[in-house]
Amino acid sequence: MSKGRSAMKVLDEGEGELVGWYDPDENREWIARNKTPALVDKRMDLASAVSKFVKDGDILGMGGFGHIRVSFAGIYEMIRQKKRNITMLGKTAAHDMDVLIGGGCVSKAEVAYSFAHELRGLSACGRRAVESGTVKVVAEISNGGFQWRFLGGMMGVPFIPCRMMLGSDTFRKSSAKVVEDPFTGKPICLLPSCNPDVVFIHVPRADCFGNCQIDGILIEDFELARAARRLIITTEKIIHNEDIRKHPDLTKIPGFIVDAVVEVKYGAHPTLMPDLYYFDEEVIGTWLEMSKTEEGTLQWMDKYVYGTSNFQEYLQLVGGEEKMKYLYDVEHYEAELKAPWLDKKKK
Amino acid sequence: MPAAKPRMKPATRQKPTSKPIVKQPPTVEHYYTQTHLMAVAASRVLEDNKSVFVGTGLPMIAAMFAQRTHAPNLLIIFEAGAVGPQMRMLPISVGDSRTTYKAIAASSMHDNMSFAQAGWLDYGFLGGAQIDKYGNLNTTYIGGDWNHPKVRLPGSGGANDVGSNCRSTIIIMRQDTQKFVEKVTFVTTPGYLDGPGARERAGLPAGTGPIKVISQLGVYGFDEKTKIMKLEAIHPGVTLDQIKENSGFEIIIPENVPETTPPTPQDVALLRELDPTGMAIGK
Repeated sequence: MSKGRSAMKVLDEGEGELVGWYDPDENREWIARNKTPALVDKRMDLASAVSKFVKDGDILGMGGFGHIRVSFAGIYEMIRQKKRNITMLGKTAAHDMDVLIGGGCVSKAEVAYSFAHELRGLSACGRRAVESGTVKVVAEISNGGFQWRFLGGMMGVPFIPCRMMLGSDTFRKSSAKVVEDPFTGKPICLLPSCNPDVVFIHVPRADCFGNCQIDGILIEDFELARAARRLIITTEKIIHNEDIRKHPDLTKIPGFIVDAVVEVKYGAHPTLMPDLYYFDEEVIGTWLEMSKTEEGTLQWMDKYVYGTSNFQEYLQLVGGEEKMKYLYDVEHYEAELKAPWLDKKKK
Repeated sequence: MPAAKPRMKPATRQKPTSKPIVKQPPTVEHYYTQTHLMAVAASRVLEDNKSVFVGTGLPMIAAMFAQRTHAPNLLIIFEAGAVGPQMRMLPISVGDSRTTYKAIAASSMHDNMSFAQAGWLDYGFLGGAQIDKYGNLNTTYIGGDWNHPKVRLPGSGGANDVGSNCRSTIIIMRQDTQKFVEKVTFVTTPGYLDGPGARERAGLPAGTGPIKVISQLGVYGFDEKTKIMKLEAIHPGVTLDQIKENSGFEIIIPENVPETTPPTPQDVALLRELDPTGMAIGK
């Protein structure tokens, strides 16, 4: 804090653990040492990308929104490679975090929204882990708060001021601070910036250099991608650099911030990919049912993750092209939604 | 309606905390359920040519219903990025493609949270697991302590953002003594915190806070002076005793509380059209 000069008065401090915060100068140095705008073909297979860029103990952010456009190909591969002690950014991490917890990868979490599946109900696996202490929640935050932690990380500033969380226990258990705003004199909440160690984002189209187009809502992937130290892109398909340059307005992630590009068709399954496929509620429902017990969770992992050596084999197991055609139809209101959890709800 | 009596008793009645007292479900006409009534009653709060920030489940159905009936120009916003949709089917998630059906924009969380914080959002529409008399909401944990929760819930999600920054918050949730509690385990989302002026003192935008709570038994507002929850309308077939017995705190009950107008068969048909699989409204 400043010496002698008038400092911003800190009115209150959250008790949560500060996750993924760096002095912006330190982060600038990290970027200088580790990143380059050189045009490098970043295509590689998924197993190589995961073993090269995900380390035990990393702070992990999954792009998308829990059940929307999540790189599940990346998740299954992290489980196969037995990544451990991951700190998960629960920036609405729902099915993604649940399955990673079931796979034994996660030991800590900062939570905005986790351990639940929206209308489908609470998550048995994630809750069991938290309630038994296997996974420790180290901080709370709101969805908006998390996204602005990434905004700060992306902007290279130490914090972002905001008017949420004030007065709540969500603030009390967060890593934010409340200060007296030097302009208005009112209390304002400062969100510490966040630069995750590694981020996965699934996109519909990318070129070999990592330039990405995204359809539909962006959620917080614009900020999350730019805040990430290591950024792994899984993409439905690879397109030519010329196609990127023909429509530069469609580029949502520029290639120079990307570390790996992996072509994985349907790589977000069983989550929703806008315009391409709806949630696979049968697969999500099977998980919700089997993950109610420890044994069921292990059986699920054996069948769907360890029992398949890559994403293509997994896809065959869950119904292949025929299933994906059906999910395309549901996405386009041309087929009826089937969901085991929904049948139960009706009773 | 039972005869009106003075209702403002001192808050001495101690509620058992173990089991909720749920009396016989209120008798309703067979063509609609409590959930239908809650959705329709909630939708009536949303005025035309206003904007609403919507959470998962019943808030979505209520906003969609409002848009299809009395509020065709209701601007609906979702935290994951949808702006101004005219949805034809209930989404499972606030990030579902169904949230962008006939939308004016498929944007981002940054965009939409900024709209709320900058003052563009009239209503925020939330559910909750626990609520207290000041409208503070808990969706973080129940029982034990934060480090060792008995039941871990999802956390804030966008609720804290919505409840902090939209001009008026509307809450829709079922009511019993375990949900309507004297003190919530954890203030995930601020209501009026510990009373009048507390939001402003904490630094939240001036003039914001919860304005309505809709349960299966009644519609509540908040007393202007004390900011304590107050009965505004009682659903058909519900008694004042049921209202009181299903709350862990003393609800302000004024004289001559009107009865909620029940949904019509057409209303119920529209709810079923919007949620054909019964995800939020049940069968």
